[in-house]
Amino acid sequence: MRAIAVPLVLAAALAGGLAAPAAGQVAVRAGVLHTVSGAPLENAVVIAAADGTIEWVGPAAEASVPDGVEVLEAAVVTPGLVDAHSVVGLSGALNSAVGPVRDQDQLDKSAPIQPELRAVDAYDATETLVDWVRAYGVTTLHTGHGPGALISGQTMIVKTRGRTVEEATVVPVRMLAATLGGAVASNFQSPGTAAKGVAMLRAALLGAQAYAEQARRAEEGGQDAPAPPARDLAREALGRVLAGELSLLVTANTVTEMGAALRLRREFGFDLVLDGAAESYLLLDEIRAAGVPVVLHPPMSRVRNGSFETAAALAAAGIPFAIQTGFEGYVPKTRVLLWEAAIAAANGLGPERALAAVTLDAARILGIDERVGSIEVGKDADLALFDGDPFEYTTHICGVVIESEVLSTACR
Amino acid sequence: MQRAFGALVPVLALVASTPAPAAGQDEPHVFRGAYLLPISGPPIESGALVVQGGSIVAVGGADLPAPPGAVEHDLTGRVLMPGVVDSHSHVGSVSGGDRSSPLHPDVRALDSIDVASDSFWRARAGGITTVNVMPGSGHLLSGQTVYLKLRAGGRTIEDWLLCDDPLTDVCGGMKMANGTNSLRDPPFPGTRARSAALVRGLYHEAQAYVERQAGRADGDPPAARDLRMEALAEVLSGERIVQYHTHRHNDIATVLRLREEFGFRVVIQHGTEAWKLADELAAAGVPVSITFIDAPGGKEETLDWSLEAGAILERAGVDVAFNTDDFITDSRLLRRAAALAVRNGMSRAGALEALTLAPARMLGLADRVGSLEAGKDADFVVLSGDPLSVYATVEQTWVEGQLIYDRSDPEHRRYAVGGYDVYRMTADEEQALRRLLAGEG
Repeated sequence: MRAIAVPLVLAAALAGGLAAPAAGQVAVRAGVLHTVSGAPLENAVVIAAADGTIEWVGPAAEASVPDGVEVLEAAVVTPGLVDAHSVVGLSGALNSAVGPVRDQDQLDKSAPIQPELRAVDAYDATETLVDWVRAYGVTTLHTGHGPGALISGQTMIVKTRGRTVEEATVVPVRMLAATLGGAVASNFQSPGTAAKGVAMLRAALLGAQAYAEQARRAEEGGQDAPAPPARDLAREALGRVLAGELSLLVTANTVTEMGAALRLRREFGFDLVLDGAAESYLLLDEIRAAGVPVVLHPPMSRVRNGSFETAAALAAAGIPFAIQTGFEGYVPKTRVLLWEAAIAAANGLGPERALAAVTLDAARILGIDERVGSIEVGKDADLALFDGDPFEYTTHICGVVIESEVLSTACR
Repeated sequence: MQRAFGALVPVLALVASTPAPAAGQDEPHVFRGAYLLPISGPPIESGALVVQGGSIVAVGGADLPAPPGAVEHDLTGRVLMPGVVDSHSHVGSVSGGDRSSPLHPDVRALDSIDVASDSFWRARAGGITTVNVMPGSGHLLSGQTVYLKLRAGGRTIEDWLLCDDPLTDVCGGMKMANGTNSLRDPPFPGTRARSAALVRGLYHEAQAYVERQAGRADGDPPAARDLRMEALAEVLSGERIVQYHTHRHNDIATVLRLREEFGFRVVIQHGTEAWKLADELAAAGVPVSITFIDAPGGKEETLDWSLEAGAILERAGVDVAFNTDDFITDSRLLRRAAALAVRNGMSRAGALEALTLAPARMLGLADRVGSLEAGKDADFVVLSGDPLSVYATVEQTWVEGQLIYDRSDPEHRRYAVGGYDVYRMTADEEQALRRLLAGEG
């Protein structure tokens, strides 16, 4: 049998000998460097600057690594992974919603529409699962309120480091998390049906439109100008969706639910991101025509009517998509992005597109591709180091770098 | 790009001459050319497997002679391994005891299973040929498990049993649990110590029953039957193996203590913290069947779950298996557990044995399944490549010489790639999707 494992080649070493390393600077030499923005480079070097960004990328032969800069080596280097949707940091490993140590803050069930709930007020940067997902290559995490309410709250984007939410935050408010269909009815007395849920969402969006209109007219002044509305945090947040500042991340898995999401978008004109999208292989034409991106459920999650091949179908249809780890209510409490992407890679998507779906394509959907998702000069120096094909189960991840900071070098 | 990603398993064309299911199997069949993993011995580079009458007749290398009249199957480029044995699964909508008691030794899983469930097709698509279907862990003793062979057809559960007659034979194990899952309001226990006390009381009752039965003279009138005690007597005699759901180190120690007191055969199921008691388990000769999850936690008992458990237990000399605990993990993906254990230090041979021969031993079925050896059942899997590679697929699954799963059959393939409830798409929609995926859409 063909040997699958690539020999371990990572060796953290001081290249320059006696000189102390420049603070924050690090270089990484890769057997294969997947920039994702371009073709893979063989025998290449990335130099990460002290300011946390990528200073230089190119062939090892042309690299000029300053004396004293730490040099990491790996067979394969990719951008740090970008998880397009998770609840890690709000939903913890203990999975306790009661008692002295509660760590389930992704869903408040006191009301079905709560756009005012901020992820920054709940994210725990020290949560075990943050360390866990970073250990498997995730450097950027789109996290926040989970599925289960018509609007459960806001989402945010963090780097998987820092002791506080402030240290971790990249984008404090990115989307509002919405859910359509039966998953909501099981958490609330009303909506008790899918149609009632859509009616309630439409009413909330209309209320936000009226609120924004009143605020605008009050701001304009003049004789007939109304008084400014009393401050309403919920309507303000919904107003930001209507103004196009925030996206609406709609968890919709069935054709019916996705159809309702597309209909809401047509009525209110917001920036829609379809989340879950288990049956999207049945609605490819409609999703493509609407120009709506998909944040696909983890392939291994037990979503009804899903398929390991949905990612391949979305790719073939030309629909922008990313793969997420989603929300898990029990065991495992989080999924590993690398291993979810691996299933898509092995089921028609191929490793190149699978890598894009958890790096640059995810960054584009999140609107942060100027900063992360590929290995390019000027972008954040977020890197993942491997001793072989990242998607092979038996490959080890042997290093994670976030903004030039080497966070681990042990192989696991 | 494929090369740049590392050593990808080449995509192989499906066998053009897929053999028809060998109904009757009167004539011998020879499967040649595959990289053959007997498990009971070292791999054979270009192996040959001779099958007849549902059993393995011979295993050898390229020079193994074919019996007269043998049907030849060319498996060049493929990998051939024993059918996977899943020692812990909840496929088939299985149920066990109810809320009336925490202890249900009389309840049989085999009375509840839906043989038409899609979950059995997913298991076949994962190369699983033998499965221990168990009731859940919400009771101290939730009932009798059942060992199934996923044979072709299967209209009733009787078609899949490994025993001859469920009215007279031991057809499975006994599912028990400790830790938090079975802690509830009365009549269930509220503490760990109460859990152990209830179990001890039950087994003392069973010991007394066995003594009474042994003391009966030939002329005595027949005693009233006691279904609970009859099943527990089989546990005490060692015929029925206890499959014990247990996570935490102290709960595992409690299982070892109960085993010491009552002498039953036991397998540690899940064994999240078994790696902390590796030496004790090795000394006791108690095996562990690990459920591989993707992250620690989900409940307090699984916070110390470790990817290195397989390697640690193997080094200590503990017999290790991996199980699906389907629906907790997917029957199609059990190979992941072995591969990820290898990533974390377990030997390749040990990890492959943990999918096959080791779980067969834990079910007391190693004389029939788990390895490719003459005389054993002809249960095997044909893979497109290395079983530990994500890119390898199960192409065929055979049980007792019959082809039960064939990925080249579209009706079978949908179970390999479809989700939890598989597709609800129509045949036309599926054809359109296939065209799209083939670049024709």
